Amino acid sequence: MNAHQKPAGETARPAYNYAYLDEQTKRMIRRALLKAVAIPGYQVPFGSREMPLARGWGTGGIQVTAAIIGPDDRLKVIDQGADDTTNAVSIRRFFERTADARTTEATEEATIIQTRHRIPEAPLKAGQIMVYQVPQPEPLRKLEPHEAETRKMHAWAEYGLMQVKLYENIARFGEVTTTYDYPVMVNGRYVMAPSPIPKFDNPKMQMSPALQLFGAGREKRIYAVPPHTSVRSLDFEDHPFRIQSWAEPCGLCGAKDSYLDEVVIDDQGGRMFVCSDSHHCETRREAGHRGAMLADASALHLVEDEAKP
Amino acid sequence: MNMQVNPQELSLEPSPLLSVSGLSRFYGERIGCTGVSFDLWPGEVLGIVGESGSGKSTLLRCLAGIDRPDEGEVLFRGGPAPLDIYSVAEQERRRLMRTAWGIVHQNPRDGLRMDVSAGGNVGERLMDNGARHYGRIREKALDWLARVEIAENRIDDRPRQFSGGMQQRLQIARVLVSEPKLVFMDEPTGGLDVSVQARLLDLLRVLVRDLGLAAIIVTHDLAVARLLTDRLMVMKDGRVVEQGLTDQVLDDPHHAYTQLLTSAVLSV
Amino acid sequence: MYVAVKGGEAAILATHDLVAEARRGDENVPELAVTQIREQMGLACARVMNEGSLYDPDLAALALKQSQGDAIEAAFLMRAYRTTLPRFGSSEPVDTARMAIRRRVSATYKDLPGGQVLGPTYDYTHRLFDFSLMEEARVMVGPDPTISGPESDSGAHPSGDARVEPGHDAKPLDAFMPRVPDILGAEGLMEEEAPPAGDPRPFDLTREPVSFPAERDVRLQAMARGDEGFLLGLGYSVQRGFGGNHPFVGEVRVGEVSVEFVPEELGFAVDLGEITLTECQMVNQFTGSKDVPPQFTRGYGLSFGHSERKAMSMSLVDRALKCREFGEAADYPAQQDEFVLYHSDNVEAAGFVEHLKLPHYVDFQGELELIRRIRRERAERLAREDEPLPEVAE
Repeated sequence: MNAHQKPAGETARPAYNYAYLDEQTKRMIRRALLKAVAIPGYQVPFGSREMPLARGWGTGGIQVTAAIIGPDDRLKVIDQGADDTTNAVSIRRFFERTADARTTEATEEATIIQTRHRIPEAPLKAGQIMVYQVPQPEPLRKLEPHEAETRKMHAWAEYGLMQVKLYENIARFGEVTTTYDYPVMVNGRYVMAPSPIPKFDNPKMQMSPALQLFGAGREKRIYAVPPHTSVRSLDFEDHPFRIQSWAEPCGLCGAKDSYLDEVVIDDQGGRMFVCSDSHHCETRREAGHRGAMLADASALHLVEDEAKP
Repeated sequence: MNMQVNPQELSLEPSPLLSVSGLSRFYGERIGCTGVSFDLWPGEVLGIVGESGSGKSTLLRCLAGIDRPDEGEVLFRGGPAPLDIYSVAEQERRRLMRTAWGIVHQNPRDGLRMDVSAGGNVGERLMDNGARHYGRIREKALDWLARVEIAENRIDDRPRQFSGGMQQRLQIARVLVSEPKLVFMDEPTGGLDVSVQARLLDLLRVLVRDLGLAAIIVTHDLAVARLLTDRLMVMKDGRVVEQGLTDQVLDDPHHAYTQLLTSAVLSV
Repeated sequence: MYVAVKGGEAAILATHDLVAEARRGDENVPELAVTQIREQMGLACARVMNEGSLYDPDLAALALKQSQGDAIEAAFLMRAYRTTLPRFGSSEPVDTARMAIRRRVSATYKDLPGGQVLGPTYDYTHRLFDFSLMEEARVMVGPDPTISGPESDSGAHPSGDARVEPGHDAKPLDAFMPRVPDILGAEGLMEEEAPPAGDPRPFDLTREPVSFPAERDVRLQAMARGDEGFLLGLGYSVQRGFGGNHPFVGEVRVGEVSVEFVPEELGFAVDLGEITLTECQMVNQFTGSKDVPPQFTRGYGLSFGHSERKAMSMSLVDRALKCREFGEAADYPAQQDEFVLYHSDNVEAAGFVEHLKLPHYVDFQGELELIRRIRRERAERLAREDEPLPEVAE
């Protein structure tokens, strides 16, 4: 009989520690987080553990959240800005099971927000923690494949090559063509990869009252931006950083200043644009805002019968 | 303008830009180079000649900060205080290699970013040192491309699309943009055909003179040495067998090996 | 549309049901037992133990059953489970010289103490289907038509186990089977493998992050858990000239070794049991330096269960990665530790490759906006018929 087989009578399900990770591992992650917060933007190597979810599917963010979550926390999990994408659902269920976590979809009520690829539209408050899922923590990786070399470049602030890349974009296209995971300078010292959030969201990181933590499980790095830290998107003096904009507002709630997803309606090229932040959109609709396509959207079963009085 | 008086500059005894003593590098039991000592003065061009296998490339790499020698010292006086380039931290050495001196490689592919445009290649050193105005970086790049006789409209092309001679000239521009005091060149005309070589040599001669550069040029081609260098060091089997003023060494060689080298040159 | 409408949760539950159905297959066919997999798919279980980084044939068999035979999924299960297990410490180094040999061959010597023991191997089978295996009641052990041999041979050739059984016309195996590199080492011809001063516990990359350049213990651990196919390809590339020097198989041995552990409270070694290991030592071209006379150099591979291809590939890449220590240029992938270590982890690789299936439409939206705008501006420029456009490459 092996160690994991229980004598007859006991249930076969092994008991997991609170939030899955053992206390030793959590301590290790917290030490890494403290170091990360002390050196804003610096990538701290950590002993990333094998998790029951696959690498590339959020194991870094999950380990960070698991290390900091407690019974008093309220957890929000989003992917592409929405609470109901399959992977956000999967991760939320993971914490419900292993930490008996209290969860919410309301941004303002969350104490921890784990996210993949978006920052919520509602401004964050002091005391909130954003946990970003990061696929590639190294902003210089595409320019320099070797870890041994990029480490030196960060240590000695040798960031000329990054600027060259931006120069090349402008020379070829007239503008910087990076639209997501747009590199930023943190606290005037480290160049950081903000994770594949659209550049639209970059300004939200600047001087945020919230704590921002970044976890890369596969690449085994943790980094952080403490509250009220300068986060500046790289650019040139005469080609300043610009965010995206759309020609039309959200078709469901009429919002003009949120990030919009494109939804293909029919096979004749018909399309509508909808808030990526599902909770933001819902909140606006509940407050009475109506977008031009709301009636159609209901007919297409994109929303539940909200258009009806 | 800040007028600072540097006592060193007022001294009546100028110092060499580079002082090398007892430089040696071995590959296992094989000698790369050994016992090399010399001084290089500001604005002076030194040639290192010899056959392949003579140790001249090994020596150049040790002088330029690329390979650490097994023995000896390289002292650089490009700044306020003399710097032993191998006892400073790697970070400092890397910085110097990007600013105070430059290396023109034999194969331009080793000295250029092949996937970056000509303008980007030339502008890189400026951006390394904090330049953040696209328009001004581009102006400076255009200026240097003109100086190395590369057409303006090639600024956005990548080196892959350039001929060998153009790539070499681009490499020179890339290195000179930071206005270094010392340039190392490894067979700068190697692999180029004769007419292209001539044009490049002319360009180098003019630039070195106009900018007051000191340079160390490794070459197996005595014609290049004669045209570009003030002084010459002849190497054989890792040792310097003769050194002196270029014209003297080439016209009146003392060492048997030097005599062999000079007599083997076909006079055109 | 599973995003705007609230259905993501329901979709996930439904998908688990579908997986269970697919895994069971036709209900009229008897369900596989975990013990059957452990016994009759031993080589698959060995692979899962290696890449799952956990020695437990029962768990490996369960993992294969649960993952419908997908070896990487199975390894993933093993690894996730391994994370939760408490660690007592490290065993004493296993002594493969004292292995209970079931198979041991050397290409560098015609004969050597202990002899060439062919053992159970597919090496000399003819790859012809044995269609009789399709009948369910067929007993697998018996005269094997895929192994050639004269009809008049005495007795049956067991096609599985080569453990010597009484009654067969064979002498028992030698107890003394020195490892080939030790034989060469006695003559001073083989580079020594000396542990660092004090013989400290090796680095454990499952507990701490790796930094590059990586030391040998890290490289060996990473390769032991690495994907067999990836290492096989890299080993092959070494042989074909991408960074090789000529390797010889000094020895491949397969058998059981004891695992010993010294609990702090006792202060002496306790035998925890036996595991099956495969060990390969490659002998490579000699090098030398100013201070050291020429010696053969070594490539080492070690794996759980019977897994020769893995151990051999590992030893080829081990030698290639030693290039730095011998002052050889690292021109090719098999010689570059970052390349090998990062990309040989198939559980990580699979995670990242397959994560592309996750929604990326927010970022893609940014790309759509950009490309539409650039095309629009270009069209406007063309319409004005101004100066020629700069080339937009690719």
